[in-house]
Amino acid sequence: MSATVLFRRGRVIDPRNGVDGVRDVLVRDGKVAEVSDTPLPVPPGAEVVEAAGRWVLPGFIDLHVHLREPGEEGKETVLTGCRAAVAGGFTAVVAMPNTKVVNDSGLVTELVLSRARAANLCHVYPAGAITKGLKGEELAETGELVSSGCVAITDDGRPVMNAALMRRALQYATMFGVPVMVHEEDLTLSAGGAMHEGSVSTRLGLRGIPASAEVAMVARDLVLLEETKGRLHIAHVSCEGSVRLIREAKRRGLLVTAEATPHHVILDDRAVGDYDTHAKMAPPLRADRDVEALREALVDGTIDAIATDHAPHGVLDKQVEFEKGINGIVGLETALGLTLELVHSGLLDAKRAVELLTHGPAKAFGLPGGHLAPGAPADITVVDPLEEWTVDAHRFYSRSRNTPFHGRKQKGRVVQTWVSGRKVYADGQVKESR
Amino acid sequence: MRHLLGIEGWRRDELEAVLDRARAHLPGGPDTTHLLRGKVVANLFFEDSTRTRTSFHMAARGLGAGVLDWSPSGSSTSKGETLLDTARNIEATGPVAIVMRHRSSGAPHLVAKHVRCVVINAGDGTHEHPSQALLDAFTLRQRWGSLDGRTVLIVGDILHSRVARSNLWCLKALGARVIVCGPPTLVPPGLEALGAEVTHNLDAVLPQADAVMCLRLQLERMSEAFLPSTREYSRLFGLTTAREERMKAGALVMHPGPINRGLELAPAVADGARSVILEQVSNGVAVRRAILEVCTS
Repeated sequence: MSATVLFRRGRVIDPRNGVDGVRDVLVRDGKVAEVSDTPLPVPPGAEVVEAAGRWVLPGFIDLHVHLREPGEEGKETVLTGCRAAVAGGFTAVVAMPNTKVVNDSGLVTELVLSRARAANLCHVYPAGAITKGLKGEELAETGELVSSGCVAITDDGRPVMNAALMRRALQYATMFGVPVMVHEEDLTLSAGGAMHEGSVSTRLGLRGIPASAEVAMVARDLVLLEETKGRLHIAHVSCEGSVRLIREAKRRGLLVTAEATPHHVILDDRAVGDYDTHAKMAPPLRADRDVEALREALVDGTIDAIATDHAPHGVLDKQVEFEKGINGIVGLETALGLTLELVHSGLLDAKRAVELLTHGPAKAFGLPGGHLAPGAPADITVVDPLEEWTVDAHRFYSRSRNTPFHGRKQKGRVVQTWVSGRKVYADGQVKESR
Repeated sequence: MRHLLGIEGWRRDELEAVLDRARAHLPGGPDTTHLLRGKVVANLFFEDSTRTRTSFHMAARGLGAGVLDWSPSGSSTSKGETLLDTARNIEATGPVAIVMRHRSSGAPHLVAKHVRCVVINAGDGTHEHPSQALLDAFTLRQRWGSLDGRTVLIVGDILHSRVARSNLWCLKALGARVIVCGPPTLVPPGLEALGAEVTHNLDAVLPQADAVMCLRLQLERMSEAFLPSTREYSRLFGLTTAREERMKAGALVMHPGPINRGLELAPAVADGARSVILEQVSNGVAVRRAILEVCTS
């Protein structure tokens, strides 16, 4: 560990502060001390990171991660999830509450935070449940959850089907200033569905989940948001119709933010192929016109953040009949490469891509970090934008391997991750300090 | 050696080879009991079946094979064994082919990736029923010689029908025009992209059909409100005697069975002169012999 670090001559991309150019970044005592476009002298005892040809970025922030602890430690733990996070360039993750036990009380929040402190790798921000036990019946104690450290409330994995309860959740959360994060799925429309409803589901004879299952709930919640003046964050947006509604709501000044996952932006429903459960997720991979709409939304700001919805599962959860396969894929260690596919294809410029991984999520949830102005936490990700590599799920730090991207060629890779001025990942190795 | 997981992906010449071969397996044909002598065919039926199971059983025996008739009741699946473990254990007993029916679409595809013997799909969920499509095509070829230029109308619950998908691909590959007809709630999206013409007006297309293939209305799904009532369904989509009279001269009536008599098909039509329903069943054995022969050779 070094108290002073100098990142020399890297391309610093810091969208919040309007920086995109070759800079030196000096870090002292866990914070950014100086960002200079002229070379800085090396302070005595400083560690020097030669970053020429590399990108020096604010550490990535993932608003949507399942760490599975407590309850499903065979799939992931806070420790293994943090290892995967820093290996993927993430310096902060928001942990979903649908663990077993559900994070609907301060006790569980504190447990997650204590595990995160013990892991001592990246910032872990728990999200608490909207409703007790995620049952959608009674509000959980939002005040206790927030005072214990939760940065958002969500029943992620399940929608709040009861509109009156959802309305109250939005109203009640305004006291605490945290966003209400929603998994938008009308369960009556999605019931029994295994993938997106369209020509591919018809070909495969699988029951489809129509886009309206998501769009109808987005519409409902935007109506409730307008009425309650709350803060709404829409998780893993997947449909053209949702994008259209969110864009219009933002135009009218509603406090709504939204995230998209790399897999919904990169893949469409054809990825299911011949019943590949690694392409099974909720919401499902949608049609190509939905993918196109999501890509436009990333460009024009309708989508605020790229979030992975990192969802670790065991082999036996996926090596089953498609309809029985559990939803979700791991995402922390492939997020950068997939995002850079959008840059290399010319869809996103580098600055916007970095914004979606840094300042965008920080702003949506009001989290520290996400930029590199002097005084900001020295959470820094160093990327080699040209390194070519192939995704190998067997080498993931995550405890799980469920990804449809195994074997996919990528251009651009995380080479170092620094959290609060401490090197936690470099040379392909997580640097633990416990 | 080749799996038969579905009709999709099979070329016309490959389908015709199976159909041509099936002729040799009709009653009165040459003795074929040597073809699989000493081999075992495993029938893995995770779902109830009368026609298909019996037909495959008869077909395997007709080729000289022993038949392992497996069903989930009383098996380890009731103790929570996974599909793959069941399939691997059956495979370990040494069958030359696994004939498999399962309620989940794609289940045979999963098994085929993990076993070395041939897998023949005997119906998977709402996906495909390839042997049914082949026996339907065989029956039509018997009557017509060729399917080129013919129009086949498939009527009924297209959404839940594995027969409809397999027939669509099979009939199209063999040169037929395929029209599908049913209420919008029972017609899945994107069928046009698969080569079908879609209509919800039976009376408008009925006179165009050289064969009308009625599908079973899956009454067990009626609770999901796909239809207001069976009465209304029958009125709009049932092949009644009145409708039969408006069919082309010589046009055929088909049904994969089991029939809801009086609902999708009037009894007089099911048993009438146009009906080839029992021919379909008879031909099934010959076609399945050909499938077993071609896939295991």
